[in-house]
Amino acid sequence: MIPSLPRSLVSRCANIGYVGAFFVFLFVPLVVVAVFAFNDANYPAPPWRGFTLNWFVGSSGGRIGLFGDAPLVKSVATSAIVACWVTALSIAFGAANAFLLERARFRGKTALSMLMLAPLVIPGVILGISILAFASRLAQFANDFLGIEIDFLRPGLPLVVLGQFSYIVSIATLTIAARLKRFDITLEEAAFNLGASRRDVFLTIMLPHLKPALVGAGAIAFLMSFENFNTTLMLVGSDAPLTIMMYGRMREGASPVLNAVSLFLMVASMLLALALLRRPERTDVSRALP
Amino acid sequence: MADRLRSRTTATLAGDLVAPHMRLALFLLLAPALLWLLGLIVLPHVDLAVLSLRTRVAPRTYELGFGNYRTFIDEPLYWHTFVRTAVMSIFATVCTLLIAFPAAWYIAKIARGRAKSLLFVMCLIPFWVSETVRTLGWMILLRESGVLPRLLVELGITAKPVELLYHDTTILVGLVYTSMLFMVVPLVSALESLDDSLIEAAYDLGGNGLSILRQIVIPHAAPGIAAGSIIVFMLTLGNYLTPTLLGGKNSLWFTEQIYTQFITRFNWEQGAAFGFLLLVLSTAIVWLGLVVTGQKFGDVMRRS
Repeated sequence: MIPSLPRSLVSRCANIGYVGAFFVFLFVPLVVVAVFAFNDANYPAPPWRGFTLNWFVGSSGGRIGLFGDAPLVKSVATSAIVACWVTALSIAFGAANAFLLERARFRGKTALSMLMLAPLVIPGVILGISILAFASRLAQFANDFLGIEIDFLRPGLPLVVLGQFSYIVSIATLTIAARLKRFDITLEEAAFNLGASRRDVFLTIMLPHLKPALVGAGAIAFLMSFENFNTTLMLVGSDAPLTIMMYGRMREGASPVLNAVSLFLMVASMLLALALLRRPERTDVSRALP
Repeated sequence: MADRLRSRTTATLAGDLVAPHMRLALFLLLAPALLWLLGLIVLPHVDLAVLSLRTRVAPRTYELGFGNYRTFIDEPLYWHTFVRTAVMSIFATVCTLLIAFPAAWYIAKIARGRAKSLLFVMCLIPFWVSETVRTLGWMILLRESGVLPRLLVELGITAKPVELLYHDTTILVGLVYTSMLFMVVPLVSALESLDDSLIEAAYDLGGNGLSILRQIVIPHAAPGIAAGSIIVFMLTLGNYLTPTLLGGKNSLWFTEQIYTQFITRFNWEQGAAFGFLLLVLSTAIVWLGLVVTGQKFGDVMRRS
């Protein structure tokens, strides 16, 4: 059971074997994706036919590599734009909510804080359809009674941003509120006593204290937005973000260019993860992991 | 609602007494929260409920009633899919728990120092990568021309490559894989807080592995088990990508029915009813899980 108790050799080996198998299970799909991005064949399947970079830079012979595949590159850009909006909105709203939960007192606060967690237990597909239906009703209303056409309420990127934001902001709120809870209020009082203005206190004391949580919440918001599928699927218009584009291509058939873009994503998200995990304030990040 | 909350305000920011400008500050802080919760959560769901109660009787003519819910009961395909999704989600949750528990135990109790944090981070890393990528990996591994069928042929286990995609087991493997993180993290933190001396004491008093597990470890880890299971169940039930890609046409997952009604058939009323049924099922099971294990919703969400 635990190291301080006598354990037989068999049980030790079984332990290590199990953990080994567990990590093989976790990593095999990713390794396979990465390896077949370099296979010199038109189909991501064994056998190994030699090393090639065609699936990244190729532009001839029916092999369009990742960087030559305009729709794919455009979908990466679309995802990045959506993720930037979601991140900015989530940090702003999350910080406001954190102050509301930690500093303000009003009736109905418990109910409100519960409601703030609700988006995390609503399946993403349902968040998507409810926002789709509601936005379309508003657009219909504006059209029928005011005679104006509101484009951003029709399926498209603005709705995708709102749909992803609707639950990612819950996570940002939790992360930032947890950090704000640990803020020592006497620091703020001392600063006021020493004659600092509200603005000074906010910029020199509060903001540096909150910074790790803001950065962590932002990184998680960006990543979750970039990877979101369920909510996006329901709200997407003609501009497909990367996950939707990949899904469409995976249904049509396989091409190693998908492996190439996947490898690109893996490297990018690992770099982001490592950068965050190396930060001293790692607790804020690991606590708020999706 | 904003006005009502504001007028009932008793005391406010940073312990100051109620002053007009503090009320304004409170209102300014409440505004984003209310905008978000009312505009994107509450009103859309109320609207969805209303939509699900409308039945199309003729083009552009609707009447109120439970017609869409009756269709759900009358059409075996729909409720079969619903029950199947629920049962498979429960099964996937149990499998995830059984597979994650020993690994979490090893990380929390047996590994030490750097190995421990390394193993923990290694558990997290695959989940920083998009679910689409992970599913692509499974497809390359399992499809007929893929890695695993070929390996089976070369090892002489099967005569020719077998199709490992598009089975229920495939869907289950994919779902378990995708949910693993959400089980491992709460389990590790629950097991880490268990004092080793309790296990030693139980051992000294003659307990064996099984009785220690049943009487000491599981009661202590119950909050973590509950938190992990609730989240895994919820995510599995609402999953779309893994069942459709790994299960193909036979996946029969309920979120797929919602998508079909909403996007393919443009029958929003029926789709809204399906969405509501899924929401009710998800909420009911989450609530049941909380009641059975005596947990608080807020604690569970914060723990995960």
